[in-house]
Amino acid sequence: MDKNTIIQINNVSKQYLVGQVKKNARQYNTLRDTITDAAKRPFHRVRDVLNGRAQSAADLTDTLWALKDISFDVRKGEVVGIIGHNGAGKSTLLKVLTRITSPTRGTVTYRGRLGALLEAGTGFHPELTGRENVYLNGAILGMRRHEITAKFDRIIGFAGVERLVDTPVKHYSSGMYVRLAFAVAVYLDLEILVVDEVLSVGDAEFQKRSLSKMSDVANSGRTVLFVSHNMAAVLSLCTTGVLLDHGRLRATGGIKSIIQDYQNSLSKMTQISLLERRDRRGNGDLRFASVELRSDYQDSMMPIGTAMSGETLCIVLGYQTRSPVLPRHLTAALHIDDFLGRRLATCFTENPDGYDHSDALPLTGELVCKIPRLNLAPGLYRISLTSKVKDTLADAILAAGTLEVNGGDFFGIKDSSNEAAYGPLMLDHCWHIRERAIE
Amino acid sequence: MDEQSGARAISENDDITYIRPQQGWIGVDWQELWYFRELFVTLTVRDLQVRYKQTVIGAAWAVIQPVLTMVVFSLFFGQLAGIRTDGELPYPIFSYAALVPWQFFAGSLTFSATSITANAQMVTKIYFPRIIIPVTAMLSRLVDFALAFVVLLLMMPFFDILPTVKIVFLPFLLLILILATLGIGLWLAALNVQFRDVRYVIPFLVQSLMFISPVVYPASLIENEWLRAAYSLNPLVAVLNGFRWALLDTDALSAVSVVLGTVTSLLLFVSGLWYFKQIERSFADIV
Repeated sequence: MDKNTIIQINNVSKQYLVGQVKKNARQYNTLRDTITDAAKRPFHRVRDVLNGRAQSAADLTDTLWALKDISFDVRKGEVVGIIGHNGAGKSTLLKVLTRITSPTRGTVTYRGRLGALLEAGTGFHPELTGRENVYLNGAILGMRRHEITAKFDRIIGFAGVERLVDTPVKHYSSGMYVRLAFAVAVYLDLEILVVDEVLSVGDAEFQKRSLSKMSDVANSGRTVLFVSHNMAAVLSLCTTGVLLDHGRLRATGGIKSIIQDYQNSLSKMTQISLLERRDRRGNGDLRFASVELRSDYQDSMMPIGTAMSGETLCIVLGYQTRSPVLPRHLTAALHIDDFLGRRLATCFTENPDGYDHSDALPLTGELVCKIPRLNLAPGLYRISLTSKVKDTLADAILAAGTLEVNGGDFFGIKDSSNEAAYGPLMLDHCWHIRERAIE
Repeated sequence: MDEQSGARAISENDDITYIRPQQGWIGVDWQELWYFRELFVTLTVRDLQVRYKQTVIGAAWAVIQPVLTMVVFSLFFGQLAGIRTDGELPYPIFSYAALVPWQFFAGSLTFSATSITANAQMVTKIYFPRIIIPVTAMLSRLVDFALAFVVLLLMMPFFDILPTVKIVFLPFLLLILILATLGIGLWLAALNVQFRDVRYVIPFLVQSLMFISPVVYPASLIENEWLRAAYSLNPLVAVLNGFRWALLDTDALSAVSVVLGTVTSLLLFVSGLWYFKQIERSFADIV
């Protein structure tokens, strides 16, 4: 066994009882529920059998494999991007690695101290000052007091909270809070650092600084496991990647090929009927059922495969609701991302036309987003969807569909080359020339 | 990075962590607790800081609470109800000597029972031995106990009572108290993760325990021999009686009650530890 291996993951599986997941959703259960449930269950079972709805053995156990037979090694100094869509098991894997939850089967072995930043600021107490929280958080991460003292000034400096160090963190802005938590985890000399999607908070400036700090960490020979949906960040930071899919390991290898695999799997996902997709979040009050592209919105119009720059594009979203939803309670959003997951644009539904606003929406129907002159450069884009009903997330699907744009005649100059090198956006513009003396 | 299947051992040098499924009996990892020793201190200090932040008189509350309780008890139980004390002791010092350990017990119990759920954020996001949470909840109350105890020592000369040599038994009594407190605290903390009903049971439990412990009345009130033995199964009987015996020089402490109390507190502690360890593995999944 070569000594360069720092983490060894062997056939790790994690099973959740689905009953447990439900309890999670309800936050807590009472002894009474458990007793009544236990009392009722045998009767339900008998009734199901009598009705001819006897369940299979798998159903009876009500389990869900969040991870199944995951095995891979991480070498010292590697920066590993863990990618996969929602529900692929990324967070569960990190929770097993950080010992927050124990695996159902399999083993993990690692050398050195492993610190996790699963959510910035966990372990911070709002009533305590910045200084006190740095020591508290450090101690939770398993650091010695003198180690923290030695790094204290640099931590505070990186977070930029020098003047507030003796102020309770409840008075901090959320940005300061995140910066301080990130600084504690990064500056303490942990051999392995596990980071989950924390960079999605904080301003652009901080994201840039924290990315460069993480590559410093990586260059100093420490090992980093990084989970993010931001493929641009993953690509710039990671050397190798692990692709998870429905709790299984799809591929490991160089980060470029892993991201490529991920993109391909997302493209395949778009061929699955939206209603069958399980990698979605939200309470399901309004679910998206389909995404179609049309050249204009008329019933007779057939869906088109590709869109053209400069032409009218209608994106038609089929939906279904469980109970009547008033239009003013609905906010649906259509996001257009590039293939590295960078968000380019978002279109929100606001006061949709052609519908009486005092009536509830049809239980099943279409939301049509009309873009009069498509100003995207030729290329492949992804459509992601979110819907909120009464400000609560109802449905969210990443990569619900692809949008392929072909060169069209956006500028009306009969030049359809529209190279991608010109950038992803085409702007309506005009030029003037006139004479002016130079002073 | 390479995919691999068969189990191989990572080279056998320094600092290796081994994660495997937790099934069956799980013991306490003392070595790991030692590694996290500084976290005990830090979390205890946090609990104290949080408890007394934004209060005007701060830690003085640790003293004022038992003292005020003593005043109220002396008025109602001592004066109005005329409850007799052991050996003609003045009622205030008689009740205060028991109130100090009692309030430590009641406070720790209430605090540690809800400690895991109150720190759910940490439990679901960071790993450290979970047992540190209820233990530090108890430790922070121990600091309050020390303050109230100093006041007790200061009050004694005022009532013309000087400690005798029996005071050397106090650490032993305190140990029984801590074991019993932790034992029940661990049970409740683990139960509360699964069943939030526990929260509603605690006030009732604490109140009932106060009446079946010699806080406001002397243990000698129970005269029937068998009843007395059953009564002594409650470890607080030996502890509270013992505090009065060691400090205020009351009549002999029955050896039977000390033995019974020690046995029950040990049983409570060991079973609490066991139950907590069994439930601990699923905390992050169900809290």
